[in-house]
Amino acid sequence: MADPMRIRAQVAGDKATVRVLMSHEMETGQRKDSAGKVIPAWFIQDVTAAINGKTVLTAQWGPSVAKNPFLQFTVRGAKAGDKITVSWADNRGDKRTDETTVS
Amino acid sequence: MQTRREILSRSATVVGLLATAGMLPKTVLAAWSQAAFEAKNMADAVKALGGGAPVESKDVTITGPDIAENGAVVPVGCATALPGVKRMLLLVEKNPNALAAVFDVTDAVETNFSTRVKMGQTSNVIAVAMMGDGKVLFAQKEIKVTLGGCGG
Repeated sequence: MADPMRIRAQVAGDKATVRVLMSHEMETGQRKDSAGKVIPAWFIQDVTAAINGKTVLTAQWGPSVAKNPFLQFTVRGAKAGDKITVSWADNRGDKRTDETTVS
Repeated sequence: MQTRREILSRSATVVGLLATAGMLPKTVLAAWSQAAFEAKNMADAVKALGGGAPVESKDVTITGPDIAENGAVVPVGCATALPGVKRMLLLVEKNPNALAAVFDVTDAVETNFSTRVKMGQTSNVIAVAMMGDGKVLFAQKEIKVTLGGCGG
């Protein structure tokens, strides 16, 4: 299991800004190790964000997203106390879901 | 002559092997747009996602630094104020595979995303907005990279 994500959701007016920091290697499949062998690609493919259980954003990522990916988005109509859930799945089938409360 | 026990334990091993070798492709999610992520340029990537020819637009914005010291971590943002956006794409033109990210937008989120990408070399980064009515709009910005973030 991968390390937990760090999620912060802050209200500004009638919307909430959500910042997510995921912990992932994001190997491109282009790099070679010291023995000259290609390091296989390993990256997050799917990201989903939900507010109070309702999916508001889905994203597909390629290997050119940076290591330990950062994502920022804004949810309309969110208020303090709402639950934000973010989950990802990588190309090896590993998954992680984390939750935070809007403040 | 094999005993029943031997046969059973062997078949268990075979099942175990199948699970490790055979299960891997199944875990790859079908929703991931393989063709789009293998595209070498913007037009192909947009086409693979079912869009028409992209048109440059002032209503789409791409933000990022003019010069990135480290190509491994380049903060970029894509945004548009237009209503009716279906999808937002983020591409790095000169990376081996141009497409970096696809965001499927719903009404509950603003079409304003920030993330960080890797860049192999100085290149244009492109934000593409695929509209609900079939229009495809884009904006681009050149980011100079002094140290590449791809390859080794």
